[in-house]
Amino acid sequence: MTTRRDFIKTSGFLVVGFSVAGVATEIPLAAQGAGPYPDVDFRKLDSWIVIRQDNTATFFVGKTDLGQGTGTAFRQIMSDELDMPYDKTSCVMGTTDVTVDQGGSGGSDALQTDGYPMRRVAAEARRVLLDMASARLGVPVTQLVVSEGVVSVAQDPSKKVTYGELIGGKRFNVTLTGNNINETTGTAKLKDVRQFKIVGTSPQRYDIPAKVDGSLKWAVDAKVPGMVHARNVKPPVAGAKLVSIDESSIRNVPGFLRVVSRGNYVAVICEREEQAIQAARQLKVNWQKPATTPFPTSDDLFTYMRGAMTTSSTPPTIVGNPDAALKGAAKVLEADYEIPFQGHTSIGPAHAMADPSNDQLTIYSNDMKSYGLRDGVAEFLKMPRDRVRVVWMEGPQAYGRTAADDAGFEAAFLAKEIGRPVRIQWMRNEETAWDTKGPAFAVKVRGGLDAQGNLVAFDYDARAADFNHLGYNEHDTVLISQLMGSRRGTPARGSSAAPNEMYEIPNRRMTTHVVGLPLVWETPIRTGNLRDPNGPQSTFASESFIDEMAAAANADPVEFRLKMIAGGNGDDSGFKRARSIAVIKAAAEKFKWDTRPSPKKVSSGEILTGRGIAYAFRNQTIVAQIAEVEVNRRTGHVWVKRIVCAHDCGLVVNPEALRRTIEAGTLYGLSRALHEEVRFDTEKVTSVDWVTSPTLTHADTPETIDVVLINGDPNPNRADLPHYGAGETMCKPTLAAIGNAIFDATGVRLRRVPFRDARVLAALKSALT
Amino acid sequence: MASISLRVNGKSHTVDVDPATPLLYVLRNDLDLHGPRFGCGLGQCGACTVIIKGEAVRSCIRAVSTVQGAEVTTLEGLSRDGKLHPLQQAWIDEQVPACGFCQNGQLMTAKALLDKNPTPTDAQIRQGMAATLCRCMTYYRIQAAIKRASKTIASAHNESGNEVIA
Repeated sequence: MTTRRDFIKTSGFLVVGFSVAGVATEIPLAAQGAGPYPDVDFRKLDSWIVIRQDNTATFFVGKTDLGQGTGTAFRQIMSDELDMPYDKTSCVMGTTDVTVDQGGSGGSDALQTDGYPMRRVAAEARRVLLDMASARLGVPVTQLVVSEGVVSVAQDPSKKVTYGELIGGKRFNVTLTGNNINETTGTAKLKDVRQFKIVGTSPQRYDIPAKVDGSLKWAVDAKVPGMVHARNVKPPVAGAKLVSIDESSIRNVPGFLRVVSRGNYVAVICEREEQAIQAARQLKVNWQKPATTPFPTSDDLFTYMRGAMTTSSTPPTIVGNPDAALKGAAKVLEADYEIPFQGHTSIGPAHAMADPSNDQLTIYSNDMKSYGLRDGVAEFLKMPRDRVRVVWMEGPQAYGRTAADDAGFEAAFLAKEIGRPVRIQWMRNEETAWDTKGPAFAVKVRGGLDAQGNLVAFDYDARAADFNHLGYNEHDTVLISQLMGSRRGTPARGSSAAPNEMYEIPNRRMTTHVVGLPLVWETPIRTGNLRDPNGPQSTFASESFIDEMAAAANADPVEFRLKMIAGGNGDDSGFKRARSIAVIKAAAEKFKWDTRPSPKKVSSGEILTGRGIAYAFRNQTIVAQIAEVEVNRRTGHVWVKRIVCAHDCGLVVNPEALRRTIEAGTLYGLSRALHEEVRFDTEKVTSVDWVTSPTLTHADTPETIDVVLINGDPNPNRADLPHYGAGETMCKPTLAAIGNAIFDATGVRLRRVPFRDARVLAALKSALT
Repeated sequence: MASISLRVNGKSHTVDVDPATPLLYVLRNDLDLHGPRFGCGLGQCGACTVIIKGEAVRSCIRAVSTVQGAEVTTLEGLSRDGKLHPLQQAWIDEQVPACGFCQNGQLMTAKALLDKNPTPTDAQIRQGMAATLCRCMTYYRIQAAIKRASKTIASAHNESGNEVIA
């Protein structure tokens, strides 16, 4: 099969399947033996956009879509800048030798950052096409108009030419400028966003039909001739050393091919998948436990964290004199909040397939950072980077640094080792136990009110168990490199976090520390970016505590917050103060918030009801959520009956896709509030499946989720209104909103998530009796 | 290894595998039916769901030898004559999936649910779907789509007086 590059070189056409509906149906599985695979040149317009004779276009972008409709949004912004009808365009994403390296996904920056070079190259293509049309039609560009890929003479619309007629089958041969991919630009100006016709509408996501009829080929489906199946045999306890392997224990397994082991890394390879699973279960391996205990139990975690030496601390951010203000306060509160390790826990365990044909490697992966996987594997296996490529395909997503990174390296290593295409997949217990975790937080907060009930002092001190934080696709921190003994000497030390809000508090101190568990490497309790990496943790502590202070001041929680935000002077360049006020007000209005202090008078019935608010921002995206809960006094069960999410991410590209992303992300926050916790004894993770590691289910789903998309920009109709990221902020305030609602309903403050039935019931019993 | 005969989506197949092999791997790797997916291998999440004799069955824990002679329906077999099942259409209309990996299980479980109870209440939907997990948390729209499909099926039934495609 021909590569895209060859195809463009030879015919100006393109290998991507292109259906009538304007959907790029699939990138053909790689031709074995093609290559090498140099980086796609971001300074060539042809790298980004191909227009065909039939007046259809395909956009090539270096991002991946985690099922949030970003691919559809890219098509919208690029179609609009180019003046092509949406349904005549398609989008290809994230395959390292086909699309420019925009880094894949992460940080909710797809539209916020990467959207701009996409818009600029599309605008440049439009400019070039207008120049070509000017020459073809013999009139100056100023006398031309463009609509839906057709350029015509303003004074004589019968004189016209399509983009396809101008460039179809040919290259632009236009060089772009810019020091890096984010700065890529031509000479064309971006459109005034008010001129957009497609942005702001909601074309259906193009990826959905094939996900619904079973026709999509996922990374889990990647298959090439000669492919074999691998499974890992992981150390049974953290830090265990491999002593010996009894290969005879699996010689009777049909299809058995090889045991591959290096250091403490062990994998089995068989012809068929079920054979590899059986062999991995059956293989007798002699492991030696470590001499010292790898970690405290999950029950002892927070005691341990509060007593541990910090591995790093950032200098506190101080405003005013918090100590003096606390001393002089009329009322002082102090509280400790605890957030356990929570996993990515993807619905589909980590997987990848690697094909080593012709001394090269093609890796089929759903890793959201396909370019990083390519770079990391090349370094890990000491291969030239242009001999490695990653074909990005859809997969189960878990929004962050997941074990998809680890599986990509494992498949590549095993394929190279045995010289055959290898598909590997982790089993459920591996995924749930060993996938990277969001760090646990222990946060102490103190606050002081003056005699008038104003919050005059706020002292926030957070400890995050994040010492062995893993980056993305690092050749010397991925699990296989740790187990093999090729890891780096010292870990990245991770980070802690302070809350993101716009409260004006005259005296405050924000202190953040990182602590480590005793075992740093070769441990299942390893941390990595989990959706809004430290946001839900820090916001749970701070927004719960703000609620506690509001209650202590006998103030309404919404009014208490608004007063503190409005009390500030000035605003930042993104108008976060004005927009925070607008978002909180919008949430309260939609909810029909009844202004009164919390808690409400506790009723005598079995079901107690209440409402709670929390608010946060991430970068420039602002969210306020109000939850209405029902708490069963007899069982401790919490059901969030209704949740309102007011959301300001600037210019909205696809409102309906955004609504769904916000709904699902809010429920993801709810899952972390109600269910999720990594459990462990002193040597291994004990939450290993969906029974021991519960998640939100259909039964938990609220009756109503109201998403309010608002724009609190002081000038919401400006020409350059930015499109901020929207993939993560919505799960930031949810934990606190639920906790605050439970307090409103019951008068009981829960300072530790998750709010599982037994924990809630115990708290209710001790408080209400 | 043994020769096993299967009927899947109306077609007959013979495969030569260990009879204890979970049906899932035979569907995926031998028959190239990729609708059912591996999620847990424990029957806990539902990503591997197929329909056998009207029941939503977790193919990751069902030995292939036990389904000989039965008609197995996978996601690929839901549409008829090129027309999507009302549930699939509702999934598109409601724009349900996020990453979409679990949606095979959601659709197939919903199909078995509606076949038994074409007009479920909200509570019955929550209950009937409770053991089919989604980590993108698209539950809210799934439930809306099931209600939408239920209405479509009911109105089609009323118009034709016949059973709608099952």
